[in-house]
Amino acid sequence: MLGPNLIVVYALLYLGLLFAIAYWADRRADQRRSVISHPTVYALSLAVYCTAWTFYGSVGRAAATGVGFLPIYLGPTLIAALWGTLLLKMIRVSKAQRITSIADFIASRYGKSQLLGGIVTVIAVLGVVPYIALQLKAISSSFTILQSYPEVYQIGAADTIPILHDTALHVALVLAAFTILFGTRHLDASERHEGMVAAIAFESIVKLIAFLAVGVFATFYLHDGFADLFDKAEAADLLKNVIVADAGGYGNWVSLTLLAALAVMMLPRQFQVAVVENSAEHHLRRAVWMFPLYLLLINIFVIPIALAGQLAFSGTSVDADTFVLTLPMVNHQGGLSLLAFIGGLSAATGMVIVETIALSTMVCNDLVMPGLLRRWKREPPAADLSVLLLRIRRGAIVVILLLGYLYFRFAGEAYALVSIGLISFTAVAQFAPAMIIGLYWRGGTHSGALAGLLAGFGIWIYTLLLPSFAKSGWLPAGFLEHGPFGIALLRPQELFGLGGMSEITHCLFWSMTFNIGAYLYFSFRREPNVNEATQATVFVDALKHERPFGIGLWRGKAEVNELLALARRFLGADRAGRAFSQFAAKRDIDRIERLPADAETVHFAETLLAGAVGSASARVMVTAEEALGLDEVLNILDEASQIRAYSHQLERKSQQLEAATRELKEANDQLKEIDRVKDDFMSSVTHELRTPLASIRAFSEILFDDPEVELKQRRRFLGIIVSETKRLSRLVNQVLDLAKIESEHADWQSEDVDLGVLIHQAIEATEQLFSERGAQASIDIPQQPCIVTADRDRLMQVLLNLLSNAVKFTPRGEGLVHVRLSEHGPGYRVSVSDNGPGIADADQAHIFEKFHQGSGGANKPVGTGLGLPISRSIVEHLGGRIWVESRPENGATFTFELPRKTET
Amino acid sequence: MHRSILTRQRLVGVFLLGLLLLYSPALMLFDRTDEWGGFPISYLYLFGVWLLLVVLAAITVEGGDR
Repeated sequence: MLGPNLIVVYALLYLGLLFAIAYWADRRADQRRSVISHPTVYALSLAVYCTAWTFYGSVGRAAATGVGFLPIYLGPTLIAALWGTLLLKMIRVSKAQRITSIADFIASRYGKSQLLGGIVTVIAVLGVVPYIALQLKAISSSFTILQSYPEVYQIGAADTIPILHDTALHVALVLAAFTILFGTRHLDASERHEGMVAAIAFESIVKLIAFLAVGVFATFYLHDGFADLFDKAEAADLLKNVIVADAGGYGNWVSLTLLAALAVMMLPRQFQVAVVENSAEHHLRRAVWMFPLYLLLINIFVIPIALAGQLAFSGTSVDADTFVLTLPMVNHQGGLSLLAFIGGLSAATGMVIVETIALSTMVCNDLVMPGLLRRWKREPPAADLSVLLLRIRRGAIVVILLLGYLYFRFAGEAYALVSIGLISFTAVAQFAPAMIIGLYWRGGTHSGALAGLLAGFGIWIYTLLLPSFAKSGWLPAGFLEHGPFGIALLRPQELFGLGGMSEITHCLFWSMTFNIGAYLYFSFRREPNVNEATQATVFVDALKHERPFGIGLWRGKAEVNELLALARRFLGADRAGRAFSQFAAKRDIDRIERLPADAETVHFAETLLAGAVGSASARVMVTAEEALGLDEVLNILDEASQIRAYSHQLERKSQQLEAATRELKEANDQLKEIDRVKDDFMSSVTHELRTPLASIRAFSEILFDDPEVELKQRRRFLGIIVSETKRLSRLVNQVLDLAKIESEHADWQSEDVDLGVLIHQAIEATEQLFSERGAQASIDIPQQPCIVTADRDRLMQVLLNLLSNAVKFTPRGEGLVHVRLSEHGPGYRVSVSDNGPGIADADQAHIFEKFHQGSGGANKPVGTGLGLPISRSIVEHLGGRIWVESRPENGATFTFELPRKTET
Repeated sequence: MHRSILTRQRLVGVFLLGLLLLYSPALMLFDRTDEWGGFPISYLYLFGVWLLLVVLAAITVEGGDR
């Protein structure tokens, strides 16, 4: 026989045991012999995901929708495989920044914004308080049902019970006390609660054992195993929902999976156990498979219990949500019934405790603190604020639990409470874009996150919360059927005409669309500012750095004593002193006073405070202390950019200087080269002048010294002197000529010259040379006149030079010189070919240089070595070019081109 | 460090396998009411894939150590 008193005793005994475990774990933590520092404990603590909604509600959902309840657990199973990067990143960032809640996380990501933290907190409280109410209802209902053991008696509405005798109220108060004891024993920089985690892990074991026990009882005691149960169910036509296509369809299947996958990371209690309470990163490794395994185990018997319940209670009004409890009761299993009750109690209390602690931290740090900070600007706060902070948190816990109770009391059996599980999930899923995109994309801005959250939350209220109120009868139903003001397009559950899906899928689609859309739209509007960009780097690159980082610009104004005093105010003297001593020891400094007031110390103080009051508030306080505001940072940046601009200028100037130097150097090289050429020329000229002079002098001296020289001899000597003198004067003339042409001082006549006529004249002028050498001249000249504009005498000089050169190199008596005139492109081409020995390839390059004389042939050529250079200068001056083609033993062809006379 | 990156990538592989088996038309192949060994095939398939994913994840993260 289980009387009410006995049940209360058992329940209190269970809570006492929980209390003892938590107390023991906290003691061990203080002695630095942590019991929760074990991967299995971490994985079990994550199972706080399975609440009374799982314990009782899964069977209810399975009875109604078959396998439709599975996505709630498949989503977390799948996303757990991504925890190796996703959750690891969240943990690492949170440890580095001392982030203590999901509100803190989002606020911190977008530049430590108090506004964002506040909004997230409001969404979380509004979304989750009804979920807490559901847990209170579960405890209260299961207690009421178990009281009537072994009769199964369906409970009526909760409001028939006087408020002071309402078990839900008692439960709420007891849980508030428990939560206060273990959630806010002290303020810690990292805000970890070892005792609570140990208790939660224990609760996870209890609820799993209880559920498995009921499952085994239903499957193997009431029936002969799975196969037998499925046969009987099929015979009773209960198996229709066992395939996905019938259990809500594939659309729901996917959307509920997505929803659960997001919720398992975004629910405040999940963030608390998975991120804040994580004591070592490597614990994640086990959670990746053990948490899904836990979910698998606790779900294996859901369908069998649902089927067994439906078989046992067919025709009665027993609610499928209570099968876990009523199935053992109706079969007179007192012990098992009590175990089921305790299992449900553990599932509910675990959720309530963790959720309330998480929410109270958020309310304190992100709602109350910003307000207090504003007030403290006007009037200075008391010296020790740690007590105040603890009071705020305890107050928040009581208020949240009482809110949960009031919602339960008010909503009772209403639709708004029964369906709250998924509605809660959808509310917290709104955090996902700001969090997850923010972890991988640097471009997100504060206004983007704010707009996304508000848009998503707005859609959630409109398409899910208000309709649930309407279905509970608190709002006119016409609002649902016809839309507000009769506008059908705005019907909350068929928004913009989108119908044909479940309300959760509908809300998830629209809220995510607007949430992500607004987030991206507002983020695209401007570049992230300095604060956002700094935090983006800390979050996005979290896995790239082994050491926590995020130390910003700092000017070195803060005093260590001031920072210590600040920390003392919020953490109490002992804790602050201990933390600073540890920090000093880590930096190998023996006393706190000797700590340098550098960026690292300030950062340490800020993160220490962040643990107590949230990162946004800590930033505000430390910044006030340190007095390095954004303006100053911008000033520093501004100065830096001015210096950079200046150095850019310097660089440009120096480049210009270099360029000028280079040009000067080139000019100098050119001058040197010209100078060298001039020297060469002078020495060549001197050498060439000396040769004829020497022979003139020698023969003159012979004639002078010896008057007895024979007449014949004397005539020969005088002939040599005359010819050498002629050569000398020719040389002098040519040198002067060349100098004149090259220095552009020559007088140039410009007249029309017919090249054909000129060639005839030139051959006539050299007739004597040809006949002396026994050479033949042939010509190939077109009939029509070939007119160029040139100086006739100079051009004649070129032709004479080429002809005389050609004759000189022809073999004596067999010489052939061919002159050819032809049109070529824009001008005329004249070539003079001979059948001489030709010019070696090596000489061809030098043949137009001054004083270079062809070395071909045995006979030393007669000439000054200036003919070809002069010819080249003339042709080039007339706008043409001259070159030589030759193959040894095959003669040489000198060719020049001149432009045609321009028609004017 | 490199080992843990490889482990992470393998886990992403497990995730993708889960998507394929449970959230693609592959699911429809086994989404049937007829029984096998007394169990509806859909029931066996869903829980079988679930177990497979858990085992693969466990092998991935724990297998490398010893």
